[in-house]
Formats: sequence, structure tokens, C-alpha cells
Amino acid sequence: MIKVCTQTFDCKDPSSIETYIKLGGYSAWREILNQQTPKSQIIETIKDSQLKGKGGAGFLTGLKWSFISPSESQKYLVCNSDESEPGTCKDRDILRYNPHSVIEGMLIACYAIGASVGYNYLRGEFIGDQWNVTNNAVKEAYEHNFIGDNILGSNVSINIIPLIGAGAYIVGEETAMLESIEGKRGMPRIKPPFPAVQGLYGKPTIINNTETIASVPYIIKNGVDWYKNLGAGDSHGVKMFCMSGHLNKPKVIEAPLGTPFSKLLDECNGILNDKKLKAVIPGGSSVPVVKGEVIMDTPMDYEPLMKIGTMLGSGGVIVMDETTCMVSVLERISRFYYAESCGQCTPCREGTGWLYKTLVKIRAGHGDQSDLDLLNRVANQIEGHCICALGDAAAMPVKSFLTNFWNEFEYYVEKKQSMII
Amino acid sequence: MIHDILSENVRKEIDSIRSKFPHDKNKSSIIESLLIIQHENSGYLNEELIGALAEYLNVQKIDVYEVATFYSMFNLKPIGKNTISVCTNVSCMLRNSDQIVEYIEKKLKIKIGESTKDNKFYLKDEMECLAACNGAPMMQVNHVNYENLTFEKIDKILDGIKDD
Repeated sequence: MIKVCTQTFDCKDPSSIETYIKLGGYSAWREILNQQTPKSQIIETIKDSQLKGKGGAGFLTGLKWSFISPSESQKYLVCNSDESEPGTCKDRDILRYNPHSVIEGMLIACYAIGASVGYNYLRGEFIGDQWNVTNNAVKEAYEHNFIGDNILGSNVSINIIPLIGAGAYIVGEETAMLESIEGKRGMPRIKPPFPAVQGLYGKPTIINNTETIASVPYIIKNGVDWYKNLGAGDSHGVKMFCMSGHLNKPKVIEAPLGTPFSKLLDECNGILNDKKLKAVIPGGSSVPVVKGEVIMDTPMDYEPLMKIGTMLGSGGVIVMDETTCMVSVLERISRFYYAESCGQCTPCREGTGWLYKTLVKIRAGHGDQSDLDLLNRVANQIEGHCICALGDAAAMPVKSFLTNFWNEFEYYVEKKQSMII
Repeated sequence: MIHDILSENVRKEIDSIRSKFPHDKNKSSIIESLLIIQHENSGYLNEELIGALAEYLNVQKIDVYEVATFYSMFNLKPIGKNTISVCTNVSCMLRNSDQIVEYIEKKLKIKIGESTKDNKFYLKDEMECLAACNGAPMMQVNHVNYENLTFEKIDKILDGIKDD
């Protein structure tokens, strides 16, 4: 069993600083401070490790860091803990069971990009457990002088500050998050300028997902080769997969990138009640759905999933058995994007409503063939026509559900009822 | 005047929130301050409170109002004392979350989005995925997660909440 971000999970008192230090925590940070490691060297290491953004986009983390403006001005790091892509539940575990890996990762990232402040933005619904654990961990790290002024006598000063949201999926989009931290509605910004040039309060800013940040200390401590070799087959590194839906034992699994889907399925003791696998959404509800037989032997990594027409996304693997009505599932997914569209771009604001209402109409038995064409047309009109990816996220499921399960939708509009009894 | 609306305790908390941001970035404190104010005001906000926060942070009232109306955790109407949010997104839906909602509606004799007559419970019309997909079906009661729900479990949780 590989353990990177999940290293502390099975320990007694997993979130305490003592547990983390006992397992070698903060040694990477100490080493950097002792050696005064050049910033460029850290960025190169992360680049070479091929660590990719684990929030959904899969962009090379080291490369992102290298884009930080070289100007002398104030810079910021933001850790994106606004985990809210339907089907995704990994960051919540890192935040409550391994909070110090996030703090150490943020410190190293701040150091590498030259930021003196790192904000960790948690979604509002985490105000119970995760918020308390995060605040407590930050307090512990201040007491050990891993954070603060003149850290361990190194002349390096960095502050790590937890923030809390108040309920809005869109804030997970990085520029919407900056707006939210600035105290505004979470409406995405037009890029360019990219945050690395002009971000929070107009200053150069890097935004990384929680799991990405939490991976950093382990890579720095154990080296590039160690991390790369954790991957299966041609893949590099690991990923947390959130296995949910029709499974006997749904769970979050940290596994080598490139692990075949069938193996993850086995780890969850297979499909619930020994039913047959029908479909899988492998990366959170935004990514295209694929048929069960297509994904079975596919290595779970960015490229192989692209080849079968979908994406790794956030690692939210939603598994559906043969009893699933795909029309109902799509209706539910469309409801979500309709509710969460921020309303800034017309195609998304209006289009998500059309998609949802059309699906409600079909489900109520009032749809006809032309509604299926309408769904495709509206999806195409949204896709690629908005400031941020929420529009695409609303369109992709519609197009893939229709392509893969056309007969089910056709049956519904003809017979005015689901094919699934 | 403002001191009558925002208690000393709330003002202290807002001051500590302000210290998280650059001194001239008062707007940044709005979200977290509203959460504190709402918590102290039986779970909802009103125009008076919104105005008081704007005055205290020295920002426009519209700035606070925009935030209060954009984020789903802010309530602009009185609600029941205990908030129940059932996740009904894909992963939970596949594990029968719709029946969970239906069961709670019947048990509490309300529809989703309503509060009970005795004002004890508010069943929020939750649109978001609550990030506990491997524990589906799940709900939050006052932001505490309850997972792998069954009807019996719901009875136990809701019946166990005291009237105070």
C-alpha cells in the first residue's frame, strides 16, 4: 500500500503535529531553511517530479510555479480547499487527517514562489471538522515556529492563514476564489492576465489544490525518482481516487497513477449486490461518462482516460450499475450546474437552465425527439463560450450521456418512461 | 447605535478576522464576519445586520448585501434552530438520497426548504455536493456529518436533538 498524502490516516491522533513529526514531517522544510535551498532548485524538483494539479485540470505544478512574476512585489499562495466537485471527497480527508502536510506544503510553495502569505481557503460546509482541525494545526505549527517571523532563526518569514467560504461551487475556480478572498461574489475573471502575474489584490498569486500541496513535502523529502516510480506502468506518481456510487465498499483510495480501473473496483469489493457495471464517471460529475466495459482495463491516468474520451479530473470516480436510469442521473447533474452557475456569462446562465428544464420535461413524460436535439444544441452553445470552465462542465456530461446512452433517451421520449424498471 | 446591533463579542471576532488581511482590504472580512453574525442571530441575517457590518468595516452596504445574497450558506429569512442538509448529488442519489429526503419530509411534516412549526428544524434545499461521497447517503445537521444513513439512523439523530 502506497501512502503519500494519506500517510498519517491510520495513526492514532492523525492530525497532531507530534504524529506528523514522528513520521518525518517538517524535515523537508527544516532542510530547506538550513540549506537555504535556491528557490529555482525547488521549482525544478517539482517540475521534474511531474506532479500535476489534482483538483481537476492536471496542469504541471512546477511549471505553474515557474510562471510566478519575478517582480519584487508582494506575492501570495492560495491553497484551494473548496472541494465541491460532485463525487469528490479526498481533500476533506487530507484536511482532517493530515493537516500538517498541507501546512508544510504551503510553506515550501510560499518559499519557492517568494510569497510571504499563504491562504488556505476551505469551503463553507467544512466549518465543522475540517475548519477546526486546520486552525488547530496552524496554531501548533506557529508554536513550533515552523510558521511566522524568522522561522527557526532562518530570517525567512511566512504566514499561513486559514479562510472559510460560505457555500458556492464556483469558488473552486481559481480566479473566482481570488474574488471571494477579496470579499466579493465568486465570479471568475477573464484570463489573461493569469493569477501568476496579477492575482489576489492584483499581486502575483499561485493557486494549488489541497492534494497537490500536500504531496509537495513528500516529494522534496524523498526525491523526484521516488515519486515518479510510485506510478504504475508508464505513469508517474499517485492520486487519491474517491470511489463512490454502486460499490460494496465505497472509499477513498490513494493508488499509483496508471492503476487499472478494475483493480480499484476490486478494492471496493466490486459492484453493489453483485450487479453488472453499467457506466463510470471517472473524474467528478463534470467529466464525460463512459460505458463500464470501455473503462474496465483502462489505466487511471490523464492520457489513457483522454484516449477513451473522458478525463481524470478530480479523481471522483462515480460508479453506476445496470439498474441506473441515465436520464435521471443526467437530470440531477444538470440541476447542479444550473444551481451553481454564477450568472456572469449568458450562455452558461441561460443554457444551464435550458438543459435542466428540458431534462425535467423529458423525465415528466412530456419530451419528444426534438428535445434531445435541443439538449445537444444548447450544450454546444455553452461549451467554449464562457469565461470559466463551469459552462464546459455543464455541457460535457450532456453530450457524453446522449452519445453513450442515446437509446435510453430515445426510449424515454417515445414511451414517456424510463427503460429501467 | 452599531454597538447595540453587533455585540462586543462579535466585534472582537470581526477584528480578529480583519487581522488576516492587508489593513486596507476591509471587504475581505465580509464573508467570515457574516458567518459569525448569522450564527449569533439564530442562523439568519437581515438588513439591519448587513448595514451594521458595512458600517463597522467601512464598506458600502451593497458590498455586504452582494455577498449575503450570493453564497448559499447565508439565510435572509428566519429559519428553524437546527439546519438539516441532505446531499442529493449524483453519488448520494445513486445511494437513494431522494428517499432520505422524503423520509425526513414526512417525519418532520415539512417540505424541503421549510422549517418545522415548532421552529426546531430547517430542512435546507441543498444543491451542493457535501464532499462525503464514500459515505453516501449523507446529511449534515448543523454542519456535522452523518453518513451511511438509514431511516433508523435518521430517527436516532433527529430524535436525539434536545429542545433546549
